[in-house]
Amino acid sequence: MKTLLEVKNVSKQFGNGTKALSNIDFTVKEGEFVSIIGPSGAGKSTLLRCINRMIDATSGEIIFDNDHVYKVNKRELKKVRRKIGMVFQHYNLVNRLSVIENALHGRLGYKSTLAGILGLYSEEEKLQAAKVLQILGLEDQIYKRSDQLSGGQKQRVGIARALIQNPKLLLCDEPIASLDPNSSKVIMDHLRNICSSMGITVVVNLHQVDVALKYSDRIIGVNGGKVVFNGTTQNITSNDIHQIYGSDEGKLIFDLGGSHAG
Amino acid sequence: MPADVFAKKRRNSLLLFLLIGAATAVSIIITEFSIAKGVSSVPKAIQWSLSNFYPTKDSLIKLPDILIKLKETLLISVAATTIAGILAFAFAILGSNTTRVNGFFGGFSRGIAVLFRNIDVSIWALVLLFSFGQSSLTGYFALFFGSFGFLTRAFIETIDEVSSSSVEALQTTGASYLTVISQSVIPSTIPQMISWVLFMIETNIRNATLVGLLTGSGIGFTFNLYYKNLSYDIASLVVITIIISIISIELISNYVRRVIL
Repeated sequence: MKTLLEVKNVSKQFGNGTKALSNIDFTVKEGEFVSIIGPSGAGKSTLLRCINRMIDATSGEIIFDNDHVYKVNKRELKKVRRKIGMVFQHYNLVNRLSVIENALHGRLGYKSTLAGILGLYSEEEKLQAAKVLQILGLEDQIYKRSDQLSGGQKQRVGIARALIQNPKLLLCDEPIASLDPNSSKVIMDHLRNICSSMGITVVVNLHQVDVALKYSDRIIGVNGGKVVFNGTTQNITSNDIHQIYGSDEGKLIFDLGGSHAG
Repeated sequence: MPADVFAKKRRNSLLLFLLIGAATAVSIIITEFSIAKGVSSVPKAIQWSLSNFYPTKDSLIKLPDILIKLKETLLISVAATTIAGILAFAFAILGSNTTRVNGFFGGFSRGIAVLFRNIDVSIWALVLLFSFGQSSLTGYFALFFGSFGFLTRAFIETIDEVSSSSVEALQTTGASYLTVISQSVIPSTIPQMISWVLFMIETNIRNATLVGLLTGSGIGFTFNLYYKNLSYDIASLVVITIIISIISIELISNYVRRVIL
């Protein structure tokens, strides 16, 4: 299958000298579901934001859909960004606006500044938004204000906003870290479904090893700003996982392939 | 040892209390202020107010004149605040860490806000008196500058607090800068900004009396005029109209706040 995303030798150093990422290398193929796992502060969020340049990497190269993300100008960067949807831990919705208005925000990258300022959406865009919200099970919430929704529902609006961009890649930064187990399952099922049936590539940061094992095709382990594991979910061993988290055998809670291997 | 921690805390509280007490005592001695004299003069002051400072039937003739001046003062306060609010919004967008264009403009607009905020409205009134003379315009600009500094600061904090997460989300969709401002910053911050503007209008109506006194315009000047003419009955009528208008403005703005927030 075709390679969609290539991360080459990417490093990020913050102003005060702390090195968040060093020499990160990996590729993601079209249609893959990849989970990035690792301890808190390992650089997972920074890595994700370096891909769409919400944070600028200090050095290295990223090629997304044949575009060199670090060589394009500002205008072209916006075009790259609209092909990459992003889902956040805290949903990042405009709480005072309705569900459909928040979902339609995903179209803003396709608009001229004037149409964007005035919020002029075409009839097709509105119908598309309604359809996506229906797929995500939010048809009864369409005109509700976003701050009246539960956490799981808000996250689904966040996913709708990303899907309406017609993205090729979905970046999810801890999408279930603030949700209860029930809503977490709903969100992960939707993400898996988006990947399998819509063919959208998904890269997701996760804290839950169990969830990563269950849903992903491939797992990338990050620790101390370095990739310490990169392999398919079938091939990962209990030893690998302990190495990713830098902990001793038996000190982690997870379930490998049904057997209690932790 | 936990016991030591508590003993230390008690010692610190006692020390702080003694320090405040000492500071008070020293201040009283230096200024030769007598508490006994101060307290005993309160009944006298009340007695004087009750016997002189109340409106009489004759003073009501002046009521239409007073109301014209009051209306002028209220409208100037409202106009100064709202125009300052619009300018403050532009500066807040540039000064906020979430929406600033670059470090230079960020520092510049924050600096301007600090400068204008830290000069009191009474100082502005006296300084502007030289440029504009005794007119309503002087009062208007004094209120305008003070509100502008305060509102810029308040708006910057509102933007950073309320809209930083949705700004990030809209930037990732590839939306342009002005689109992000109008679709994310404005809808999420507008109620709090209106609330700040209402607060500023209330404050400015109170300040307008003082500013008018200093710049010789509006209701402050009217009060000063009758007070210095020893027409205490009319002066008291002025005070009563001011109190009534301040309370009504506050009730109205509380209602508006309840509806929009």
